[in-house]
Amino acid sequence: MSQRDMSYAAVMARKNDIMKSSMGMDYEKYISSPVAFDYEAMMRDTGYTMDEIFRIQQETKVGNTPLYELRNLTEAVRQISPPGKGATILVKDEAANASGSFKARRASISAYEAAHKGYAGMVAATSGNYGAAVASQAAQRKLKCIIVQEVYDSRGIGQPEIVEKGRACEAYGAEVLKLTVGPELFYMLLRTLEETGFFNASLYTPFGIRGVESLGVEIAEQTRARYHRDPDAVIITHAGGGNLTGTARGLLHAGSRSTRIVACSVNLQGLHMASDHDFNRKSFTTGHTGFGVPFATWPDRVDVPRNAARSLRYMDEYQLVTQGEVFYITELLTKIEGLERGPAGNISLTAAVALARQMEREQVVVVQETEYTGAGKHQNSQLSFARENGIEIRRGDPLDDIPGKTIIIPEKLEQVQGKSQDIDRLRLEYLQNAGKQLAPSLWSESDISFLALDIKKTPDWIRENFLSLPQNNEHLERTNG
Amino acid sequence: MNIIPKGTWVEIEQVVLKPEERAASLPEDTKKVPYLLWVSGFLLEDAEIEQKVRVKTIIGRELSGELKVVNPSYHHSFGTIVPELLTIGTEYEK
Repeated sequence: MSQRDMSYAAVMARKNDIMKSSMGMDYEKYISSPVAFDYEAMMRDTGYTMDEIFRIQQETKVGNTPLYELRNLTEAVRQISPPGKGATILVKDEAANASGSFKARRASISAYEAAHKGYAGMVAATSGNYGAAVASQAAQRKLKCIIVQEVYDSRGIGQPEIVEKGRACEAYGAEVLKLTVGPELFYMLLRTLEETGFFNASLYTPFGIRGVESLGVEIAEQTRARYHRDPDAVIITHAGGGNLTGTARGLLHAGSRSTRIVACSVNLQGLHMASDHDFNRKSFTTGHTGFGVPFATWPDRVDVPRNAARSLRYMDEYQLVTQGEVFYITELLTKIEGLERGPAGNISLTAAVALARQMEREQVVVVQETEYTGAGKHQNSQLSFARENGIEIRRGDPLDDIPGKTIIIPEKLEQVQGKSQDIDRLRLEYLQNAGKQLAPSLWSESDISFLALDIKKTPDWIRENFLSLPQNNEHLERTNG
Repeated sequence: MNIIPKGTWVEIEQVVLKPEERAASLPEDTKKVPYLLWVSGFLLEDAEIEQKVRVKTIIGRELSGELKVVNPSYHHSFGTIVPELLTIGTEYEK
């Protein structure tokens, strides 16, 4: 056993060394300033072509998932839409991947990379479908696997959904470290990487994100083959940003430049993500605003020095839905489309229903994932658990929903409206966060160019909307004269 | 005394960080409780419940902690029926 100081502060202080040896990757060479780095070079240096990504994924039962038209749901949406409106809704059945979610794409390239670099195993910190994906991909590449998972509150009570995800990891042969609530998950990950010398299969490495690009390419190709057009909008559940970033990059790679990239999260505003008490008062453990907003407005809050998942770089719109709306749509998908899938995978489907009503009838909207379902990962398990934990559940208008107190399941499809979030506000928040790394008055032209790309705006937009504000305008005065 | 034989599949508990050792800036409720870990493995010596033991995990790592559960199992389910969901998408809601 190591004689090293294992206290919280000491392990966190060794972060950079642990990261370097657990990924065989040096981030330093891409970093040009506290707010800017060469993102495209970092992605390119993964060294894989798109063809190689498809080949690697085919070896381990990933990709080539069906794209289904939801005929009955589209028809139901058209019945409540204005004349001429009601886009065709398609869903990419990502539950068909090994381990039952799109996360298999995200884990596949990391597992290949880890095996080729000679690591004996992989470690990932996640309570999501990613754990099962890493375990499944590791098993196929003959690697050992450890999943570090936040599962329980201090009473030892866990969400059925997370408990199921832990079970799945163990089913695929992983050792699962089950922890109570807290941001010390990262500390535990570092400790485990240091103890084992395994590969860090972080969600946020370039390998993870490049693995998702194949999903965007498949969506573009399958939509064109059947509908002779590019998808008009692709709706993507957004939490840490990797799903959106990878899919959008894949669409761009395939030449779908006019496709609207729509993020969607479950609105859990008001619940604290590190709170022991709030932990079991939410019925979605991912795909919610508790991750989606902070990760959009500052991607680099992760377990790697620079995050390859940068959602504002690709996002055109951001829709919010309620927990009750998602449970309603999940039940409806089962009943009228004959497709029983997990609720977390249907977050984007919920936004698609709201958006399709406003889109033209000849347009096509693609929901880019589904996830597997089963005990624990099911609308009935989750609602039943919520009710046992004192959450009020009733049918009604989702507008009255209060996260952590009520779950209001719509009475009819018309009430599934979602709500649009102002993404310029998120962009400004991102810039404020960048300003905490380096004062805006010190931003160079190349910093501003990077930040503009990172929020899908121009340098002039940053000057007009952010640097011109009194607290930030020192820079302008200086450059102007 | 109930002796659990070596080789049994068990779950152990570790106190990873005591409340005073935890990260700064936690919400008040989280700050008051220790940071706990549970992991399963094959027991490396005969032992009793609550005793400090060593286990070998499914990937062969040796870890130590307090013996908590023998044959740890999963009991999550589809839950008690939620009547509010039953009629969605059926003729009751046409």
